[in-house]
Amino acid sequence: MGEFQVHRVRFFGLVPAGVRCIAYQPRGTRLALARTDGTVEVYNFAANYFQEKVIPGHEARSVESLCWAAGARLFGAGLGGDITEYDLAGLSVGRGVDGGGGPVWSMVANGTGTQLAIGCEDGSVKIFQVVAEGIQFERNLDRRKGRVLCLSWHPSDTHIVAGSIDFFRVIDVASGQTVQRIMVNHHVEKAKRECVVWAIALLSSGTAVSADSFGRVQFWDWQQGTLAESCAVSTSAVLSLAVSEKEDSIVVGTSTGATLQLQLLPVRLGGLEKQWVRTKVFQFHSHDVRAVAHSPTALISGGLDAQLVIRPLMEKMQKKNYDAVLRKFIFPHRRLVSCARKARLLLFQFSQYLELWRLGSTEETGKDGEVLPLCRMPEHLLQLKSKGPEHIYCSSVSPCGTWLGYSTASRFQLYRVHCDGDGVSLSKVPKVPKLLPPAYQLQFSAGSDSLFVASARGSVHVFQLLEPGGCKHLHTLRPPSGCSEAVYLLAPSADGRWLAAVSGDWAIHIYNLKCFKHHCVVPRYDCAVSALAIHPTTNNLVIAYSDQQLSEFSIPEKQYTGWSRAVQSRGLHRLWLERDSPITHITFNPKNASHILLHDTFLLCVLDKSLPLPDDGAILMNQSTLKQLPETARKRQLHAFKICKKFQPLLFMDLLDKNCLVVVERPIMDFKTQLPQPVQQKKFGT
Amino acid sequence: MSRLWGRSPPAPPPCLREGARVQPAHRARRRRGQSAPGGAARGRRDKMVAPGALRVVRCGGSGLRGARAVFSADSKYLLCASGDFVKVLSVNTEETLRLLCGHADLVTGIQLNPHNHMQLYSSSLDGTIKLWDFMDGIPIKTFTVGHKLLALYTLASTEDSVFVVIPKKGERDTFQLVSVKLTKGTGQDLEGKELSVVLDGVGASTKKIAFGREGAYVVSVKNVDLQVYFFEKRLLNRFSLSTVKTKGDNRFSCVVCHPREDCIATGHADGKIRLWRNFQHRKAYTYSTLHWHHDIVMDLAYSVEGTRLLSGGVESVLVQWHNESSCQKDFLPRLGSPIEYISMSSDGVLCCTLHTDNRITIINSNLRFSRSIQGLIKSRDVKTGLVVDPRTKALVLNGEPGHLQFYSLQSDQQLFSLDIVQRQYIHQAGLKQSDLVKVAFSARGTWLATVEESEEVTDPELQLKLWFYSEETQSFALNTRINTPHDNHITDMCFRDMDELGDDSLILVTTGRDCVFKVWVIVEDSDPEAHHNVSWSCDFIGSYHNYQATNCCFSEDGSLLAVSFEETVTVWDSLTWDLKCTFCHPPGNIRNICFGRLTCSKYLIGATDYGFLCCWNLLTCALEWSAHLNVVILQPDPLSEHIAAVSWLSKESSLFVFKPSEPRPIYIQRNICKEKILLAAFVPRDEPETISSEKYLWLRNSQLFFLTDTQELMTLSTKSLEERLTPSSKQLAVEESLPVTPFSVLLGKHRRQQAQEDIDLGKPVVHNKQEQASPAVKELLHTPAHVLPSASFLCTIFINSLLISKENKSAEEVADEVVEMESEKADGESDEEDVTAMEQEDTSHVELLGEITCKLSKSQEKELRKIRKMDYSWISAF
Repeated sequence: MGEFQVHRVRFFGLVPAGVRCIAYQPRGTRLALARTDGTVEVYNFAANYFQEKVIPGHEARSVESLCWAAGARLFGAGLGGDITEYDLAGLSVGRGVDGGGGPVWSMVANGTGTQLAIGCEDGSVKIFQVVAEGIQFERNLDRRKGRVLCLSWHPSDTHIVAGSIDFFRVIDVASGQTVQRIMVNHHVEKAKRECVVWAIALLSSGTAVSADSFGRVQFWDWQQGTLAESCAVSTSAVLSLAVSEKEDSIVVGTSTGATLQLQLLPVRLGGLEKQWVRTKVFQFHSHDVRAVAHSPTALISGGLDAQLVIRPLMEKMQKKNYDAVLRKFIFPHRRLVSCARKARLLLFQFSQYLELWRLGSTEETGKDGEVLPLCRMPEHLLQLKSKGPEHIYCSSVSPCGTWLGYSTASRFQLYRVHCDGDGVSLSKVPKVPKLLPPAYQLQFSAGSDSLFVASARGSVHVFQLLEPGGCKHLHTLRPPSGCSEAVYLLAPSADGRWLAAVSGDWAIHIYNLKCFKHHCVVPRYDCAVSALAIHPTTNNLVIAYSDQQLSEFSIPEKQYTGWSRAVQSRGLHRLWLERDSPITHITFNPKNASHILLHDTFLLCVLDKSLPLPDDGAILMNQSTLKQLPETARKRQLHAFKICKKFQPLLFMDLLDKNCLVVVERPIMDFKTQLPQPVQQKKFGT
Repeated sequence: MSRLWGRSPPAPPPCLREGARVQPAHRARRRRGQSAPGGAARGRRDKMVAPGALRVVRCGGSGLRGARAVFSADSKYLLCASGDFVKVLSVNTEETLRLLCGHADLVTGIQLNPHNHMQLYSSSLDGTIKLWDFMDGIPIKTFTVGHKLLALYTLASTEDSVFVVIPKKGERDTFQLVSVKLTKGTGQDLEGKELSVVLDGVGASTKKIAFGREGAYVVSVKNVDLQVYFFEKRLLNRFSLSTVKTKGDNRFSCVVCHPREDCIATGHADGKIRLWRNFQHRKAYTYSTLHWHHDIVMDLAYSVEGTRLLSGGVESVLVQWHNESSCQKDFLPRLGSPIEYISMSSDGVLCCTLHTDNRITIINSNLRFSRSIQGLIKSRDVKTGLVVDPRTKALVLNGEPGHLQFYSLQSDQQLFSLDIVQRQYIHQAGLKQSDLVKVAFSARGTWLATVEESEEVTDPELQLKLWFYSEETQSFALNTRINTPHDNHITDMCFRDMDELGDDSLILVTTGRDCVFKVWVIVEDSDPEAHHNVSWSCDFIGSYHNYQATNCCFSEDGSLLAVSFEETVTVWDSLTWDLKCTFCHPPGNIRNICFGRLTCSKYLIGATDYGFLCCWNLLTCALEWSAHLNVVILQPDPLSEHIAAVSWLSKESSLFVFKPSEPRPIYIQRNICKEKILLAAFVPRDEPETISSEKYLWLRNSQLFFLTDTQELMTLSTKSLEERLTPSSKQLAVEESLPVTPFSVLLGKHRRQQAQEDIDLGKPVVHNKQEQASPAVKELLHTPAHVLPSASFLCTIFINSLLISKENKSAEEVADEVVEMESEKADGESDEEDVTAMEQEDTSHVELLGEITCKLSKSQEKELRKIRKMDYSWISAF
């Protein structure tokens, strides 16, 4: 290390949107998450909590509630009043069905996943049938005044409990009649403020659990309409609530950012009498915890500070393993930055616009660790707003810096960038062929003469870019066996011969671009691919999986390389495998063919294939110790992984030329200051 | 000459500590559940020891830090361990009713006997467990365990054993919880050597072990480990807190168990409280956290129902948590000093906190301050010395930080606390705060001078304040405040106190390390807007060869001022401020000086660093005599010529009393107490005491008090202990202590009504009277069945009591008789003066019980004779 000049970029002003709701797939391994900007993300817990699918949002489509129904089908409903099904294979939003009751505040699926109940602005609760081709309105339940903010099915599907402002009611599903109406602010003396029931759950024992804006979690016997127990858990509102499947544990989220666990514990050891007791309190969030979920082994919470936190329950863990670690996710597991190496431009992708920056430059050189003065400041060249309400799926800038493209759900735009001196102008490339459905990944070839567009059903479109500004659809590459999932990662080779494409079923197809033919499939490995790249000289495909495995596949020989086999047989270092965030980008050092540069959110690593792999006893992050050792001793300590943790959180890293590196950081504090003020809390000592 | 002061005189008999408390035989026998003879013999033997010897008596200030206080079952009395004793305090009057003495070392645990709420178990470092009748202050049984006992626990479910913490054999600082089987025996002194280990590796403090609901399990905390032992399942669970992740110190500080549910509450050094549940599972256990305290949680207590949890710490705030919720909590702030222990009464009406400065606060159930019991407030460092307030005869010394406490010796109570510094005390480690260092009263107590300084060593912030006693407000009001009276620390201060010369003669002298002494006088205030019409200002500054001035003292008539400058004593004329003469006794700086009084007023006494006590004659200006003695305290008696000197040599304090005119000490007592004596004071008696022995004549007019380094106040007494206790406090009736239940109220009403009816109907109430009058029946009804003698034994008495005797005396007659008996007793045995009438009645009965076949006693014979003489013919009228 220490051999690169580093552009340390901190001007990428990304503010991830807050988490609005989450839905844990019952008996599954996936978690669906909706953000306040309408983005829906799916995390695969089996693939090391990889953010597997992202469906960008829409300005007019907020998502208030998500639920899994009929197995693995994901439905969402929001203030637009529509219920929509998400096409997880095609990464798109299906056609919406109007709920017919104004804005929808909540939606829940019943235990079997055959029916959806929605709570509407007008106070109605409606039942929809989940059918093969979508959903179908079934009937209206008893309508009362006051918006229905939260709903819960009884596990036996006979009753629905609906929470409103100041009260909640229990509705018999068969008759559609309200059988019980319970005022929640009855016990508060002189309650001037209204008491909002933000979340509710109906347990099989006949207990209704309500969480309200007075900071209470209350347990009611709904048949009698009596309050069984009341836990004041917070001084501010309790916003969300989730019950474990065994109904012995509840997780609640509050507007102060605290998540609490309530447990059903025996009053006396060995006795039958049980009571709900507030047990653990966690303060992972700085803002409202709008969504919580309870997986069998973990408490999951999402807040308006854009964090998704997974806190494992140690008592449910059999042994200390990869899952038994607290996880926090803020940044997406994919690239939002693309880099024009030759032109030294960076393109930042925001939800509704793009920013193009020119990197600064310096003429001076210095020692290791020194900050060099800039002779030219980084320059914000232009901001390109996407048209329409849809959010941007993907974007890219060509290596030469003259082409720029982005795609939304319905449109694909290609621009030509004209740099003349200081002025920058943009012209839209006319007659771009229409693409349906949208592009999920755009990738320019190394020579900037063609553009690869990842598309649905495993297909990749190849465009030829024409000077001075035009493009032509050359070919559509498709896997020979067919595929239903969309392609989400592309990697062209430097010599323009090969293209590797990864689709949602994690199959890696390699195409020959000379003859537009399918070349081969990389042997299937059952984990999500988080990054891949083709080596410019050897044409070896380097693949990083979300379970932190690395492999190298020789494209010409259609087999794994010797080094890759050695890695597989030897196994990677334990600490490397226990990392939290997936590798999001791979690049190569032109100076040294055996160097592979990788990065994830927390570290940057130069993988030297010529050095021996570390065994579990070795120190993985030994750069600082190596520096102090004399030359002779240093040899013994060397191993293949050279890790740098200086840049955090790291969103992007690329090599501009053989000794110049660009890193894009987004310090947490910078983005925290852009969030709205949290609930004011007195802090001791201030 | 110095040999006289040496070790040659024979040591006086070992002083009789309060421990060797004399037990009147008949009263000991009255205790239920034990047999008579053993105790009686023992008690009499003790009485024989050293009559009239001078005893060192503790009279206050003992640390209340041994154990949690215990409320009696009716919440009328509060029992707390205080040094080697157990104090019985009245909750209503704040008085100390009784002192249970008998332990030879610190009392470490007190618990009510769960099977008899009138009895109390106490454990001590001396290795014994004692069972007391605390109402009468009588030890019933002593169990010798033979180890140091560090804590005591009792359980209702274990019939005949208690739990104690003892040090583990062979290992230092390792302790174990053992259960001690209390053997049943007839004697008073029993062995308790049957130990069985319950838990190993426990903490040494009472607060670190708690017994769970119904004694099903025991919890112990130490460092970061929590152990739970389930008695029935014989299961031991251990839980550890991780020390790595936390920023603070999360070690356990205390533990309590929920009384109704299986929940353990633990306090931690970082101020958190954890509530543990489900702890029978090693894995699925869970805890929730409550956090308000910013520093260590010193103690916790659950309410009777367990719905409320009280916690306290160094913040001096009692926090009440409701329903284990961190949002619902109440506070009782400004309790004055850090809370050390919290205890609840069994009916949940009261709660009491013991504080680190020996204060007890009693708090109502609705968390309202009820009353505070303050003895001698323990301050961190008594810098002012012991000063006697001439007005109240109270002892004056440092109290709370920045306060001056006035401690009444008679009532063992704080009279009042005067805020001198008048600044908020902030509890924070390392914070330098101003504190009171010197106090002086004028002769009649009208003026009070105080010096306060910040704790900085160099360049201290000094303030001299003069307070005038205002008759209207009955308190001291600040008159003059002098900032930086000296440039360096003030070493000594005294008033010229002369009653006869009037207010004009009032002079204050201060000596400082800035090598000067200053004379302050009252001046009329010229400023018409001034608050007071007089104020103090500096009149004269004297110095001597630029030596630091260390002590100052006025002669009795006020004409001479002696100021010591390091090695030299200078004598100044107080009118002209001329240097009259100097005395020097090298090597060594002068530590103390004082003038002789009355007939010895021509002498000046000084004590030096290198262990010399010198007496100079002011007329000849020559050294009269000197003695080799390491004097730490030199205290003249204000009412006589006597001067007391306390020496400290190789871990033993000795007291010497001498007259300056005679080089021989009048009285020597070696090793007067275990602790180092720091301060002493003579307190004038209200009326001179009659002292028989020539040797103790110096105690006639004044009493000598000492303060040790553990802040225990001691005095010398010639009297035996019984005399010291006021008789009134001994009258604690048994009936009084029974809790008034609604049922008893109802029953009582009913009975009264019935009695009323009986009278109304004109029925003879002979039988009733008889029943009430008969002590045998009374005893029978009030004694728990399991401690009664066999039925065959009782039968005769009972039958006898039912017989309608021929006698039927009127009330006056009975009273007469009692008086007569009393006088008789007094003639016979002088040591039973204080025994009250009621007890006498009991006594006669118990003797009846025990010695039914014995010869009748003298009084009984007399009584019989009287009965025989009486004419009962009138009874036939009925």
